[in-house]
Amino acid sequence: MAEQELTGWKKWMGEVGEQTTFLSGFFRNLFTGGFEWSEFVRQCYEIGYRSITLVGITSFIMGVVLTLQSRPTLVKFGASSMLPYMVCVSIIREIGPVITAIICAGKISSGIGAELGSMKVTEQIDAMEVSGANPMQYLVVTRILATTIMIPVLTLMGDVLGLFGGFLAVHFADHTSWQLYFNKCVSSVDFTDLLPAVIKTVFFGFAVGFIGCYKGFNSNNGTESVGIAANSAVVSASLWIFFLDVVAVQITQLFFY
Amino acid sequence: MEKDEKIKEQPEKRADVLKKDKDWDKNEVVIEIKNLKKSFGSKDILKNINLTLKRGENLVILGRSGQGKSVTIKCISGLLMQDEGECKVLGDEVSDMNDKELKDLRVKVGFLFQSGALYDSMSVRENLEFPLTRVLRIREQDELDKKVEEVLNSVGLADAIDKMPSDLSGGMRKRVGLARTLIVHPEIMLYDEPTTGLDPITSREISELILQMQRKYKTSSIIITHDMECAQITADRVLVLEEGEFVAEGSYEELEKSKSEFVRSFFK
Repeated sequence: MAEQELTGWKKWMGEVGEQTTFLSGFFRNLFTGGFEWSEFVRQCYEIGYRSITLVGITSFIMGVVLTLQSRPTLVKFGASSMLPYMVCVSIIREIGPVITAIICAGKISSGIGAELGSMKVTEQIDAMEVSGANPMQYLVVTRILATTIMIPVLTLMGDVLGLFGGFLAVHFADHTSWQLYFNKCVSSVDFTDLLPAVIKTVFFGFAVGFIGCYKGFNSNNGTESVGIAANSAVVSASLWIFFLDVVAVQITQLFFY
Repeated sequence: MEKDEKIKEQPEKRADVLKKDKDWDKNEVVIEIKNLKKSFGSKDILKNINLTLKRGENLVILGRSGQGKSVTIKCISGLLMQDEGECKVLGDEVSDMNDKELKDLRVKVGFLFQSGALYDSMSVRENLEFPLTRVLRIREQDELDKKVEEVLNSVGLADAIDKMPSDLSGGMRKRVGLARTLIVHPEIMLYDEPTTGLDPITSREISELILQMQRKYKTSSIIITHDMECAQITADRVLVLEEGEFVAEGSYEELEKSKSEFVRSFFK
């Protein structure tokens, strides 16, 4: 039993070591050698553009649901006029970034894990390496940078659609005008709400890309490992998002409030 | 030209003619392996591998599955590092090389994977352009087109230039994989079961293509195979691997008459 626990502990330490090596490999390849611009643009399209519909619909629905769920409580306390403030602060600070990142962990991180895992199984990564090309530069650097840039963009788009969903819910319930809703939203948030939220989505994006690439790149040979890579990419990326969120909230409270 | 016509007229003699048509120094050693050992966990895969490959030679390695044939050529290409022993390629020890030296070596050592290992998100043209743009740093489209068309003509697949790998048959994928490896003109070729999974006619075509490419690009080759016809067509010398060690060496004809029952069992 003790030996099994030790093995598990050793395995975990080994995993941390491998992730650190992979991370240093990413930064080494980011700043040395040629940058794969065409592949980077293609990944931005695949990761960003192809996720617009999913992130947009989900964020819109979250805005509607958040408003409808919160309204009865606020009405009970006679604070229904505060609804736009509450919706706006919730979406900008927390719900928008976290929901978008979790959706991207499910869609993008698993996709990267499965794609690179499948390339590993079919020896495409080995083929790239023995040809003298650099698979880290071509496959990993481009994907991690694309998620790091596109997830904040998707989050901002999701925030806007979430607020629009909130407006429709308020409008149909209380006949609130767009102008009033917009003014209340703008007055409820300031720079100290938006900046930390955007900064943390950069880290969420990095985590989504990094975990997907790491799991795919280090999958074992065999078709089963492709599924394992995709699955563990989603689980690990989701946990990392929540962990980073806790850290981000603590840091934000230290410096901004 | 005359020789090509002769080869065309006598298909059954093609292999023999191609084998004789070597005009380079056969005594230069391009790969030298001494006492190579490699283990995975507690399992010893390579126990004591000794091997030399001379320039222009085709060396076939025979052996049952899981005996370490692929591990041997992965050590040569630097995909795996040995635990003990020497592995010198073109005079330099692979395990002592830094990243840049390893990258330079890999341009000189081509590797054809069992599956062809084509990049499935790229067309045949993009697959072939990949090593040219990334390794040889060729940017001019005219030069890229010329090289891609030349190598595709060599493997008889000029029409497949804009197809995706998923649209190709197993034999075509192997041909494109071979073309992608040869496009940078390597000095040494490592073939990992080049005819596995192909029908007998396509297998023979690939085996003859290996000889034709050796003649055209003057490569030295190590060919791992279970296909005895492929071994017969391509081999100048055959090594038999059993439990991490070479147990027999000789020409195809010599080993066919070996006293060892195990060695003869491959030829039945």
